[in-house]
Amino acid sequence: MAELVPGHVRVDRLRRRMIATQIVGAVVILLLALAPYVFVPAVTSQWIKLFYLITLATVWNLLAGYAGMVSVGQQAYIGLGAYGIFVFNDLGVNPYAGALVASVAIGVIAFGLSFVAFRLRGGYFAIGTWVIAEAVRQVVVRFDSLGAGRGRSIADYTEDPVMRNLFTYWLALGILAATLIATLFLLRSRMGVALQSIRDNEVAARALGIHVGRAKRIVFVIAGIGAGLAGSVISLQQLGVQSPNQIFSVSFSAFMVFMVLIGGIGTIEGPIVGAVVYYVMDLYFSQMGLWYTSARWACGTSRCSVCWRSS
Amino acid sequence: MTPPTATAEALLEVDGLAKSYGALDVLTGVDLAVPAGQALGIVGPNGAGKSTLLSVINGTERATRGVVRFAGRDVTSVSPADRARAGMGRTFQIPRPFTHLTVFENALAGASYGAGLHGHAADMRALEALEMADMLDVANAPAGSLPLLGRKRLELARALATEPRLLLLDEIAGGLTEAECDSLIATIRQLHGEGITIIWIEHVVKALTAVVERLVCLATGVIVADGPPDEVMRSAEVQRVYLGGGL
Ligand SMILES: Nc1ncnc2c1ncn2[C@@H]1O[C@H](COP(=O)(O)OP(=O)(O)OP(=O)(O)O)[C@@H](O)[C@H]1O
Ligand SMILES: [Mg+2]
Repeated sequence: MAELVPGHVRVDRLRRRMIATQIVGAVVILLLALAPYVFVPAVTSQWIKLFYLITLATVWNLLAGYAGMVSVGQQAYIGLGAYGIFVFNDLGVNPYAGALVASVAIGVIAFGLSFVAFRLRGGYFAIGTWVIAEAVRQVVVRFDSLGAGRGRSIADYTEDPVMRNLFTYWLALGILAATLIATLFLLRSRMGVALQSIRDNEVAARALGIHVGRAKRIVFVIAGIGAGLAGSVISLQQLGVQSPNQIFSVSFSAFMVFMVLIGGIGTIEGPIVGAVVYYVMDLYFSQMGLWYTSARWACGTSRCSVCWRSS
Repeated sequence: MTPPTATAEALLEVDGLAKSYGALDVLTGVDLAVPAGQALGIVGPNGAGKSTLLSVINGTERATRGVVRFAGRDVTSVSPADRARAGMGRTFQIPRPFTHLTVFENALAGASYGAGLHGHAADMRALEALEMADMLDVANAPAGSLPLLGRKRLELARALATEPRLLLLDEIAGGLTEAECDSLIATIRQLHGEGITIIWIEHVVKALTAVVERLVCLATGVIVADGPPDEVMRSAEVQRVYLGGGL
């Protein structure tokens, strides 16, 4: 893309910057896919959390950092992804395939919910997404078959814990890879320019021919699917849902905000870096209880203010 | 579809156009027909409703009453995005750059969507637009880093990138030096020569009269004078509006 002629101008395109990233990314993912042959399951199964954290951070960044939709209600789709495993498992679908089937259903649900959420703007949109997530939780706990308010375990899963961990590991990694590839593809296409235009100035975007509603809806649905898949992974790893309050918790949104802001909002690598930082902090400081929580929030808020000021 | 009436060849036609913000009536019945290929200037005092007229024409604002027809089609309830795709390009008086995108990417947005181009063709169109607006040297700069004049030029570049048939310009010459103004005039003349229909709001009357063949004066939401530029500038209505409006 460097060979654009008029006036011999070289134009920096996302495209060029990304080639190196793509090669490195592909190699890393390949190595991670082979890791279970080298490391014991106890090690690799810990990485599952990192994979779904990066997935969550990446889709939230797509939503907020690129399309300007600051949602604090992605836990709606995390919860639906987790519960979707039960729904399709009970219908006889293998739980791993169930994650993929559920993601399609969640895409449809997110599409429908977008019509509610998009009636609101800015801060009201953020609060609206949270309200929607609460409403979704309220609906889910009405079903006795889903454990009502108590949570539930997967009925029919792979007995062998080693194989089970392996499958979950590969699924989580596959979902992560698919999320990153879809994000790169989306941002590299002309849709990437459209989304960032919308984020920076909706009125001007419309005046240039960009269908703002359509572009936002596509991202909203993709972000819902991504969060749903992450939720399915959580459910598979825990062999169920401990409680609806946990899987529909707004703290998932807080973590997503934290990861994306600490790594760099509106960049492709930012959420990956942020998720790794969060994962490491979580791993090493989780025994410290209160201290850990305070330090994390202090760190998060100072970083937030830096980001908002610089944007 | 279009009946062969006298106005059939007008590229843009507005009838009885009105726009109110709450109790504030900004436009109170504007009728205007702009034949394809014409360069039309709009003058008028501050707050006359000139920018609002452009907004209603391109769909950024919805008309309270009246009809907008573009290329023989009623577009009154068509979205601004679809009007842009149909060939309306506009600049904003207060620039609205995509600050986190580069100048090139700003133009690319117009080329990709407004002009509906893909891949290399979109890249080339964006560069062409930047060249016309004399912005190639800052193509890789983030639009947010541009000073006000740069942002105004970017407005023009982006609108041009959409390959407009109708170009709506809102005060793009203010604050330019003599030389810059002359080069802008040359650019608009060239676009006019290519057959693009132009509606240009400008307080710098000298720039307008150098390009347009027709001038309209808008005051308090209605057209008070319409005709050849020198006649309009000399007319009693315009003299009164300008003395009263303190231009
Ligand atoms: N969104 C809005 N809400 C309320 N009032 C508005 C809005 N936009 C414009 N107005 C009012 O409408 C009137 C006309 O504004 P407009 O910008 O169209 O004038 P103008 O002729 O372009 O003036 P100028 O020469 O200063 O650019 C002004 O009184 C302005 O305050
Ligand atoms: Mg104005």
